[in-house]
Amino acid sequence: MEINRRTLLKTIAAGTAAAAAPAAQAREKKTAPPDAMGILYDATRCIGCKACMVACKQANNLASSPESRRGLYDDPVLLSAYAKTLVKEYRSENTFAYVKSQCMHCIDPACVGACMLGALKKREHGAVTWEASRCIGCRYCQVACPFDIPKFEWAKAFPKLVKCEMCAPLLAKGQAPACAQVCPRQATVFGKYTDLLERAHRRLAAEPKRYFPKVYGENDAGGTQVLYLSKADVSFEELGLPALGSKPVPELQQAMQSTVYYGFLGPAALYAALAAVLWRNRKKQREEAES
Amino acid sequence: MSAHAAAPIGGVIWTRPFKVLTFLAGVGVVLLLVRYTLGLGATTALNDGYPWGIWIAFDVVTGTALGCGGYAIGILVYVLNKGRYHSLVRPAILTSMLGYTLAGLAITVDVGRYWNIFRVPIFFWDWNLHSALLEVALCVMAYVGVLWIEMAPPILERWRVGRSLRLRQFASRTQPWLERYMLYIVALALLLPTMHQSSLGTVMMLAGHKLNPLWQTPLLPLLFLISVIGMGYAVVVFESTLSSWLLGRPFETGMLGGLARIVAYITFVYLALRFGDLAARGALPLTVRSGWLSFCFWLETALFLVPALMALSGRVRANPGRLFQLAMMFLIGGALYRFDTYLVGFTSGPGWNYFPSITELFVTVGFISAEIMAYIYFIKRFPILTETGRAKQREAHA
Repeated sequence: MEINRRTLLKTIAAGTAAAAAPAAQAREKKTAPPDAMGILYDATRCIGCKACMVACKQANNLASSPESRRGLYDDPVLLSAYAKTLVKEYRSENTFAYVKSQCMHCIDPACVGACMLGALKKREHGAVTWEASRCIGCRYCQVACPFDIPKFEWAKAFPKLVKCEMCAPLLAKGQAPACAQVCPRQATVFGKYTDLLERAHRRLAAEPKRYFPKVYGENDAGGTQVLYLSKADVSFEELGLPALGSKPVPELQQAMQSTVYYGFLGPAALYAALAAVLWRNRKKQREEAES
Repeated sequence: MSAHAAAPIGGVIWTRPFKVLTFLAGVGVVLLLVRYTLGLGATTALNDGYPWGIWIAFDVVTGTALGCGGYAIGILVYVLNKGRYHSLVRPAILTSMLGYTLAGLAITVDVGRYWNIFRVPIFFWDWNLHSALLEVALCVMAYVGVLWIEMAPPILERWRVGRSLRLRQFASRTQPWLERYMLYIVALALLLPTMHQSSLGTVMMLAGHKLNPLWQTPLLPLLFLISVIGMGYAVVVFESTLSSWLLGRPFETGMLGGLARIVAYITFVYLALRFGDLAARGALPLTVRSGWLSFCFWLETALFLVPALMALSGRVRANPGRLFQLAMMFLIGGALYRFDTYLVGFTSGPGWNYFPSITELFVTVGFISAEIMAYIYFIKRFPILTETGRAKQREAHA
């Protein structure tokens, strides 16, 4: 199997040209799937009763939190493998607000971009769910998620990944997620993603003095299927929702990665070039050795 | 492309240092049994805010970087055709093979659901081609295989003159075939590290705002690649000087000085990009305003710059002790850059802390011990180091 040097050089030239061509190709902006469902959380309505937390634990069969303080029973202070949703309080001199956290079900999620075998994926209704058999427990999703949502069962020898899946089994039965079902003040409501977005804007327009003038999640991090409204005097950052800009977290990384590795042409061209140089050098050495 | 005049250095394997290493590796094995029975939470300091600790930042990310001697020397000898460095190839490939093999094992210790790992290389229909970590995983797996093939010539050379008839036959059948196709394996051995060492930088781009802007940049893949080539040469200088000392062999100062000079040039390119990038992103003020992180940044930068400046001096390059110092500094600098990117500069917000547990530290020590043991075994039993050294060593002993 002798490789002709000229063929090799030709291959390299063709490969390089082909690899360079799609470099300009931008990554397509993702939109919510047509069947997307979502959650709208309105901080002006929440009374901090934590009914959602209890309902979530029941629906998802979660054990009591071991980190409970002051001898309280099941008193989670953080999202963890024991709590998929959590109500926290923001307090300053003049004002206060409650805020519920859970998975944001991003339209273009960082965890899904990270996941090697697609254990985390946007599945039915755009809910980001976890499939046990595809997960090796590498925890790259935890590193990647800008909202720190995926949690790991550190205490177990055979651990699982735990995260809010928008109560996917309930969704499949045509029901709302547990947290939205029980909210006594309709601070957490479930519905069609596009309807919720519209409803949020209607509320902002109807009562501009009541609300902080923005729907968090409409564009943040490329858009999320969970949307937030806040009190007029409490910013979203104060609620603990990071300022991420409107670009999806994985955008830049994936644009670079898919340019360099487009059709695997770049690496193939580099391999051909290396083989050609090595082949030439070996030939030169053999000639020198003979003379 | 065979390294002529390489020979096993011989001698007893079961020496006192080897016994100590065996003990340390044994401690690691026992701790691993505990890790597998009790889980990661009971044995490590890892948590939801710091999902990756030293097993990733050191054993895998730094470990494979320290295993890039074979890659760096390969570029020099095979691509740039600098034949005079040829005698450095085998020991460099040996350290690479051991470093990568153990890094691969370290991954199986760190991942929580290790029983699913076999799916990564096999279930290609599940591959998420957007995942930089998948690219790293597949590339590293492939590269471990490639390095073992690259290690085959010295092993076959030994078997060919060995006692076992079957091994002798196997070796003489395989050798010509291997020699003929080795070129394509070597090309692969140069391609794969280029891919996964840069991708190790790409991996952390996805951490977004959770990685401090002193380290978070689209240049991460390029900076990881450039610095790893420097580390490759530095590790060869380090390893060669150390084994000359410990085994009483002559120093390869001329060659190592040449490598040190290359390290210097690489460093200047690296630092120009590093600071150019910080300036372009407006992150330069952070280098003095970030407290502890600023300190880490400058320590890391100094550990790159000082050895590079040292390497410019001809007197330093002719002095084995100085060469050893500068190589070690550079290696610590490269390691710190990786620690800063994967651990120190990373945060999931206030309230999260991480400092490696005793188990994490001793498992890492166990891995390093196993690596040194394997290195000693290989150089004593297989033709890795050059004959000239061996002859002089004999004279010295006589």
